[in-house]
Amino acid sequence: METTAEKKIILEVDHLKQYFKVKTDSLFKPKTFVKAVDDVSFQLFEGETLSIVGESGCGKSTTGRAILRLDEPTDGQIFFAGKNILELSKKEMRKLRGDLQVIFQDPFASLNPRQTVKQILDEAMAIQEVVAKPQRMDRMLELLRYVGLPPESLDRYPHEFSGGQRQRIGIARALAVNPKLIICDEAVSALDVSIQAQILNLLKELQKQFQLTFLFISHDLSVVRHISDRVMVMYLGKVVEIAEKKTLFDSPLHPYTQALLSSIPTLDPTLKRERIILKGDVPSPMNPPSGCRFHTRCPFAMEKCKTEEPALKELDRNHFVSCHIAENLPQ
Amino acid sequence: MSVEVKTEQPTVITQSISNPKESKLKDFLSILMINKAAMVGGIIILFYIFIALFAPLLAPYSPYDIHLENKLMPPSADHWLGTDDKGRDILSRILYGSRLSMGVGFAAVLFGAFFGIIFGLVAGYYGKWVDSIIMRMMDIMLAFPGILLALAIIAALGPSLINVTIAVGAFSVPLFARIVRGSTLEVKRLEYIDAIRSLGANDLTIIFKHIFPNILSPIIVQGTLRLATAILSAAGLSFLGLGAQPPSPEWGTMLSIGRDFLFSAPYVALFPGLAISILVLGFNIFGDGLRDAFDPRMKK
Repeated sequence: METTAEKKIILEVDHLKQYFKVKTDSLFKPKTFVKAVDDVSFQLFEGETLSIVGESGCGKSTTGRAILRLDEPTDGQIFFAGKNILELSKKEMRKLRGDLQVIFQDPFASLNPRQTVKQILDEAMAIQEVVAKPQRMDRMLELLRYVGLPPESLDRYPHEFSGGQRQRIGIARALAVNPKLIICDEAVSALDVSIQAQILNLLKELQKQFQLTFLFISHDLSVVRHISDRVMVMYLGKVVEIAEKKTLFDSPLHPYTQALLSSIPTLDPTLKRERIILKGDVPSPMNPPSGCRFHTRCPFAMEKCKTEEPALKELDRNHFVSCHIAENLPQ
Repeated sequence: MSVEVKTEQPTVITQSISNPKESKLKDFLSILMINKAAMVGGIIILFYIFIALFAPLLAPYSPYDIHLENKLMPPSADHWLGTDDKGRDILSRILYGSRLSMGVGFAAVLFGAFFGIIFGLVAGYYGKWVDSIIMRMMDIMLAFPGILLALAIIAALGPSLINVTIAVGAFSVPLFARIVRGSTLEVKRLEYIDAIRSLGANDLTIIFKHIFPNILSPIIVQGTLRLATAILSAAGLSFLGLGAQPPSPEWGTMLSIGRDFLFSAPYVALFPGLAISILVLGFNIFGDGLRDAFDPRMKK
């Protein structure tokens, strides 16, 4: 992959915070918040695929939803093509939504069961007014061809399709409005492995054809390895490491990333790899640990880690890590 | 440049002859058919609707003509169900009365469902303080016993069949609102709602085009069961003299007349009473059957 320096930034997330209020059982207790996303910043370059990985509850989906403004973020800024989308009015946002689409995880819940494929695609085009009515039929057939569905699919209801086919419909719906950026929120996690590969290849092909940018949210490292240009690892609402795919998979610097990668099973029995087993559970995001959030489970934690929060630093070219001791770690 | 995409073989392409909407309806009907009780309920309802539609053709006499010489006659070949205290044919009156009772029932349920659905959708979709205000209002209405609330409304508006309809409809509003709110909460967190939101659809489109059609089943079930209650309540209010006024052949009013002759001529009260009970029973068992048929767990 080329260097990222000369690439155009399409999306910039700046100190994004998303706190959810937790209902307390007493009126007099102080309000508590789940800090689902806590001060996350990153950039997304035009035409690339950035994956966000992390275990469930680390805030990766919440980040995606905040970018789409499906939930209003608590704090921070999100710039899309130079505009701060959090400051846009409802009307302006509605217009911008055509550039910013999403593919969801559950192909059984992401399509309205009472609409035919035709109605689903037609409505998408009508809302964004991308295609005039007389041309919509041609466009719909074209979309179906792009995603590899037969033209007869138009008059069918979602329940008549398999999971992989439904995901293709979801992709067609997203493509219908000519987006620039597509957020894939666990887009293949609910599919069989063989279908996963088909959908991933389809996404890659579509990306090439339409110069799409993907923000790919997943917990599945092998999927991430297949599709990404760059990878961002999150832990408990924080970014722990961002790097180009090869760098991240070959020489991870953050102890959490190392532990995460060591959990990928290998096919080669002669290859001896030490599995790093983390102690304990992920702490509650309602009451995250002080200092570095990972210090409670980090095998290398020092005194400093308990008190001082590490900043995200560029330790290598395009390789950002937030860890006090990353440089001195055994590789 | 064109992209080569592997088409996965659609697995369902074989059943292309049948229209999917039809086959869904067929599925639904077949489940309903299996449920014998629901069938009986449905047949009872259809029978009553038939009577209501064709009452003038079916009734042997006018429901209003007074023949004092024939008063309180027991059932006979001339008057199958006997006559009342003014010599009117009870069968004819019951046949005509079906129009009033069912009319009031349907109108009241439509009225209650209309407002209940709107309140429920708005409360469920917008949540937060909108939800709190609407649902607390509904709780206040639920805190009154239904009949008491109806009495208060009729006391304010005056006794008439239309006011009974409004009163009975009014105490159905919170019940619909609750069910609709619950289903709305369930549907609105589904991913297709998020998908349509991220396409930029406005709230009205989302609520009426995407949420409402997907919460219809509980509304239909509730509507059927409410019909039974509404008919019963309307008859009850008429019995108390608050609804239909005496010459009209409303079943509750007829029951009220028969009350004076319960020992000397029990048939005057018995037959309107039976008419009410059987219809209410029909709606109840049909509603239960519908609920089962709509339950996804009942599908094979």
